[in-house]
Amino acid sequence: MRLRFGSAILDTGARVLIPFILIFGLYVLFHGHDSPGGGFQAGVILATAWILLRLVRGNDPGWGPEARGALVMAISGVAIYAGTGFGALAFGGAFLDYAAFPLPLPPAGTRAAATFVVESGVGLAVAGVMLIIYEALIAPES
Amino acid sequence: MNALPVLIVATPLAAALVPPLLALASVRAAKAWSLAAQALCLALSIAALRAVLAGGPLRHALGGWPAPWGIECVLDAFSAALAVLVAGLAVLTTVYAWDWEDRRGPVREGAFQSLFLLLLAGLLGMLAAGDLFNLYVFLEIASLSSYALVAAGPGREAPLAAFRYLILGGAGATFWVLGLGYLYALTGTLNMADLSSRWPAISASPAAAAGLGLMVAGLALKMPVFPLHGWQPGAYAASPPQLMPFIASAGSKVMAYAIFRLLAGTLGSEGQAGRVLEALAPVGLLSVAAGSMLALTQTDVRRMLAYSSVAQLGLLFVGFSLGGRWAVIGVFWHMLAHAVLKSCLFMAAGSVARRRGSCEIDDFAGLGRTAPLTAFCFASAGLALIGLPPAAGFFGKWYLLRGALDAGAWVSLSVVAASGLMTALYVFRLLERMYLAPPPESKRVEPMGPWGAAPMLALAVAAILLGVFNQPLIAAFIEPARLAATGGRG
Repeated sequence: MRLRFGSAILDTGARVLIPFILIFGLYVLFHGHDSPGGGFQAGVILATAWILLRLVRGNDPGWGPEARGALVMAISGVAIYAGTGFGALAFGGAFLDYAAFPLPLPPAGTRAAATFVVESGVGLAVAGVMLIIYEALIAPES
Repeated sequence: MNALPVLIVATPLAAALVPPLLALASVRAAKAWSLAAQALCLALSIAALRAVLAGGPLRHALGGWPAPWGIECVLDAFSAALAVLVAGLAVLTTVYAWDWEDRRGPVREGAFQSLFLLLLAGLLGMLAAGDLFNLYVFLEIASLSSYALVAAGPGREAPLAAFRYLILGGAGATFWVLGLGYLYALTGTLNMADLSSRWPAISASPAAAAGLGLMVAGLALKMPVFPLHGWQPGAYAASPPQLMPFIASAGSKVMAYAIFRLLAGTLGSEGQAGRVLEALAPVGLLSVAAGSMLALTQTDVRRMLAYSSVAQLGLLFVGFSLGGRWAVIGVFWHMLAHAVLKSCLFMAAGSVARRRGSCEIDDFAGLGRTAPLTAFCFASAGLALIGLPPAAGFFGKWYLLRGALDAGAWVSLSVVAASGLMTALYVFRLLERMYLAPPPESKRVEPMGPWGAAPMLALAVAAILLGVFNQPLIAAFIEPARLAATGGRG
């Protein structure tokens, strides 16, 4: 029984909203090159989907990352960003020189592809940190 | 293009990601990882220093975008030497904290190691930043991680002290950005090398003076000097004792570096920059006098050492504003000596705090008999801090005095000379307790393990050896650093 905390109306409302929130988050992530948006905004939007579920269903939402999962998300997001920087160094470019990756693409395309990787890392990190902050805010005082 | 300037920053930044995960499996492994990352950082800094001394400044344009449009990391003899000092102190502090028992649990301990690496990354980033805005970004990385580290202190007063530090530190960072805005509006650039070439055209502008004043005030608050030191004694007394050797010694030197790099290095002491440099002298003199007085009135040894730092950092301002060859050599030497001595003193104070649960002056009674090694290290570093020859602290003051004599600055001369005397008052009070007072009925005396003793002893011995070998060290490191910091002008 998951409805003790919220109500049937809230739960149904969240179920309807969350897929759209997630898709919008991914849209903002993919479209960050050409329109306002990018990894940071996408991460916040993705995190709101999970936080909405936590608000409606309380501590046992049944879906979404746990506290430890959020930590792993945040860390791997930053690791993706830093790894891109070190990778560019390893391929002989400057730190974070996205054009240095040997991809079968024109230089602008290589930059765009590597930028997308970095932005995904930013999105993961921001989403993870949002969830960690939420967990910290609702945690009982020790 | 040499990658070392960016690697010394990116290595601790990337390494900081791992300890939270590693600590879930084993806290020891997380500590070992952190220590390994810091040792790698130290090795990279030493390699960078060697490269700089052999072939001039190292520059690395991030992403391949050339400065002044892109962001660059730069290391010269001044910043590379400080990077070695900072990374070395981090390694020693982590060794010192190795067998410190923790009751916080693996999640907190992992975050703790992570924050320490972030603090190191922030300080090294400030040294390697080639533009003023990234200096601010790294200043914030260093500050935010030190707020959290202070809040992790063992006592009930730690969160409050961290909160005060957060509010005042936030104000300091805001001052820096605000002042930066003025310089950016006047010159249209943030890159230090570019700013240096555009400065003569606007060096007489009052807006530039306002901007510089704000920036220097922001960093002076973070150093801190009197009267901006309100956050510091509480934060030093409340934060985890095993981290104090690093927090108390490294951060303030990097803040002083940033002030000197901006005013003398980038802007060449010309126009308003020179006037701001001159205005540092009264602040420094006031800081020496007030810091020493306040140190005398303390009963908690960590607070006493904190006020002593306020006084010693005031000497840096005095030297900056004197600005001649010997004054600058004296200041740089004093930065090195004070970092070594303060971390040694805080290691000794930390081991007393660990042994007895508090760090009052009475806790030091009879330490010469109950813990001779700790007492020896404290005494050695304390005497060096006073400035007794041939210890390290003597030569900083000696060269500063010579600089004041060259400049004919009699007030500075007498205050620098008197500062040793005032230091002697509060250090001898403790020496008397340690060696002449009887030990109190022992509460609990656990002998310090080799992990805690080795770095403390190494620093205490270094306090003497640095002084003995000051001339070759000055010729090898300080003189190139001085030429780099003053752009060959001094």
